[in-house]
Amino acid sequence: MSDAIEATNLEKTFGGTVRALDGVSFTVEEGTVFGLLGPNGAGKTTAVRILTTIVRPDAGDARVLGHDVVSDAGRVRSLIGLAGQYAAVDENLTGRENIFMVGRLNHLARDVCARRATELLERFGLSDAGDRTLKTYSGGMRRRLDLAAALVARPAVLFLDEPTTGLDLRSRNDLWEMIEGLVDGGTTVLLTTQYLEEADRLARRIAVVDHGRVISEGTPAQLKADLGATVLDVGLPDPASAANAAEILAKVGTKAPTIDGSSIELPVDDGPRAAMEALRMLDAHSMTPTTFVLREPSLDDVFLALTGKRTDVEDDPDAATDNGGRGRGRGRAGDRAGAATGGAR
Amino acid sequence: MTTTAQTTTTRTGVPADNAPTRPDGGSRLGWAIADTFTVVRRNLIVYTRIPEFLFFSTVQPIMFVLLFRYVFGGAIRAPGGGPYVDYLMAGIFVQSVAFGSISTAVGLAEDLQKGLLERFRALPMARSAVLTGRTTADLCRNIFVVGVITGVGYLVGFRIGAGVPAFLAGVLMILLFAYAMSWGFAVIGLSAPNSETAQVMAFPILFPLVFASPAFVGVNTLPGWLRAFATHQPIGVVITATRALMEGGPTATPVLQALLWCAGLLIVFAPLAVRQYRRRA
Repeated sequence: MSDAIEATNLEKTFGGTVRALDGVSFTVEEGTVFGLLGPNGAGKTTAVRILTTIVRPDAGDARVLGHDVVSDAGRVRSLIGLAGQYAAVDENLTGRENIFMVGRLNHLARDVCARRATELLERFGLSDAGDRTLKTYSGGMRRRLDLAAALVARPAVLFLDEPTTGLDLRSRNDLWEMIEGLVDGGTTVLLTTQYLEEADRLARRIAVVDHGRVISEGTPAQLKADLGATVLDVGLPDPASAANAAEILAKVGTKAPTIDGSSIELPVDDGPRAAMEALRMLDAHSMTPTTFVLREPSLDDVFLALTGKRTDVEDDPDAATDNGGRGRGRGRAGDRAGAATGGAR
Repeated sequence: MTTTAQTTTTRTGVPADNAPTRPDGGSRLGWAIADTFTVVRRNLIVYTRIPEFLFFSTVQPIMFVLLFRYVFGGAIRAPGGGPYVDYLMAGIFVQSVAFGSISTAVGLAEDLQKGLLERFRALPMARSAVLTGRTTADLCRNIFVVGVITGVGYLVGFRIGAGVPAFLAGVLMILLFAYAMSWGFAVIGLSAPNSETAQVMAFPILFPLVFASPAFVGVNTLPGWLRAFATHQPIGVVITATRALMEGGPTATPVLQALLWCAGLLIVFAPLAVRQYRRRA
């Protein structure tokens, strides 16, 4: 199989100071899903904007299905679809009108646009809402409509920029199922996400991005092997007993525990067994935890494992150029909540 | 294009019925026009979805008609001596389309803000269609506004002095000017950080041009320096030309000057708008 997307040493600086991409390279095999995983401001959106010909890289080059995104941008545009975190659809138009418009701007014939609009509305569960303006849509419906519009020209390569950020659990699961359906149909997908779980579920390969660089790349299994399969969070009454407990529990984990105030995080292999052992050991020392949670590793844990530090939530260079700063208020708490509650596999 | 039930997929993964609408591929210009039409259609649909906008974009000109016809009109003697309402209407028409062109700025700033223009950039559409589509849709709106004002003018006593063809030539003059102004305000819309700012940026530019002009009073009462400005600035020139066409009088020189201004505005602002679109969107 050949590569659908090749990015080589992409660099982009905004406003002379904000270094959004600092030499990013990756390749995406045709017909697979590739996940760009990283916190706000890591440069994920900038990479997508370059690959979709919206902005030019300062250095490096990128090809989509063999076509250069700068010198052959027109050809690239006719092969790709883009849907994103900010559903860029017109809220004064109906769902059907939006899909029709995007189809026409892809130079499809009217009857083809009309037929596909009906098909796509049905496929994305929007048939009943198709003739209402988007103002009446929920957040999840808008994302689905945005995805539907991105598919109207049946793109060979689809870019999904944080497709589920800010959605509730059910909408997220719906969208995941729809994306999985696309991949079964042979579409190549580049997905950006802040959720390890999302990348894990959808992507065949994942690149972890931080400060404009790829800091790790591999299959979800490889990435998780580095982490330990599960994380044990133990809360204690005070920092002193937390330090104490960390020492006691050290040998239960696959890695040294990290202490954050009066709570401990411990990567473990076999969750239930490790949990039982941890409780026994705490009990043997007459310690009682205030909280005790087994959870899936989050993006935060990936970063901790890879960089030794937490994801820092800073101004997003992508958002800074996003015309009026549509805020991205989701930081670490959001990542963790997403991973903790999203264990529906 | 024929419709096929089954789409076959080529090697690159592009389904066969993704072929361009025109079998010969169409010319670039042909596609640019088709894309413009799509964007115009979208903008006009949006206008119909917000009827308040269309309504209020005619209310203000109507209030100006009534204000000057019934409040100030009695105290103003029309230069040339005819009924003041006949003098007034050319000014009202030009003032209305001039202020109306602010909506070009606001509309583009809004599309930019919402990320719609960014999505357009990832589509294989003609780059220019976003701007030509917007300005053309605003031209359609101006035709509507000019129609409504003509009707209101008729109700308050406005009569066409120079015959219907000359009046229609005057309307064309107004619409051409409105179109040229839209490009100027497209530049503002694409330069503003958001739509609210686009609106407040536009107003101080228009205000002196509209009111330091022969729109409502003859310029002979103005101090010399202001009279020179009022007579030669674009809105002043276009009002004089429109008035000459609608009311009668020597038309050749004012119309030529007005056409030159419109051409000048287009030549300067259309490329600037395109450049700003490339930079911002």
